[in-house]
Amino acid sequence: MQVTIKYFASIRESIGKASEQRETAASTLAGLRDELLATADIYACLRRGSAVRVALNQVMSTEAVQLTDGCEVAFFPPVTGG
Amino acid sequence: MFARVSIQIQDFNLGIEVDALRKNDKRVGAVCSFIGTVRDRNDGLNVSSMELEHYPGMTEKAIEAMIDEAFNRFDIFGARVVHRVGLLQPLDQVVMVAVTAAHRGESFKACEFLMDYLKTQAPFWKKEQTPDGARWVDARVTDDAALAKWGIEARNS
Repeated sequence: MQVTIKYFASIRESIGKASEQRETAASTLAGLRDELLATADIYACLRRGSAVRVALNQVMSTEAVQLTDGCEVAFFPPVTGG
Repeated sequence: MFARVSIQIQDFNLGIEVDALRKNDKRVGAVCSFIGTVRDRNDGLNVSSMELEHYPGMTEKAIEAMIDEAFNRFDIFGARVVHRVGLLQPLDQVVMVAVTAAHRGESFKACEFLMDYLKTQAPFWKKEQTPDGARWVDARVTDDAALAKWGIEARNS
C-alpha cells in the first residue's frame, strides 16, 4: 500500500527530508519503521530505544497501530511547545 | 463563533483576544489567561533566538481536542489558544491561553489544564540559538508530571 511519511524537527534534519511517499509491505507503524531502518543509514535516528514519537493520520499514536492505504504517518522527537 | 485555535507567525494581543472571547456573554464572571514568552536563558546557556516548528494540520486538531476535553472537565464558557511559530527573540510572546467561566476556580483550572496538555501533546518543536550553536530543546520530565496530575499519561519526554 501507499503511505505518506512526514518527519519533523531533529528527525527531519537527520533524515534530510520533510516528507516522502512510499510503497510499503508493512501492516503496522512498527513494521514501517523496521522497513525504513533496513533501507538506508539516514533512518538510523528512528531505531528502537531512541526518543521517537509517532502519529497516524495526524493523531498521536503507538507503533502497534495498523496502517491503511493512503494513510499519513509521522515520526518526530518529543514535543517542546508552549 | 470565532476560531478557538490559531497557529500564526504574527504577534497577538491578549486584550483584544479576551474582549472577543467574552463579548456579549453575560454568563461570564471570570476570565483566566496565561502567556508564555521567550527567555534569554535555558539549561545554562544564553539564548539569542528561537525557531518554532510545528506539524500543520495535526497541531490545530490536537489543540481543538484539548479544548473539547477542557469543556468536558470544567464548567467553562469559552476558550482560546494562540501559538506562534517561526523565528522568535527573547521578550517575544509565544503562546496564550484564555478561558471564560462563571467563577474563577473553573477558569484557573481549565487554563492550567490546557497549558499542561499543550506542553506535552501539541506537535511543536523549539530550536534555540546559543553561543555553543543551535540546539533542539529537550522535553522535560516535569512537563509530563504536570499532565499526570490531571490523570493523563503524557509519554512525551
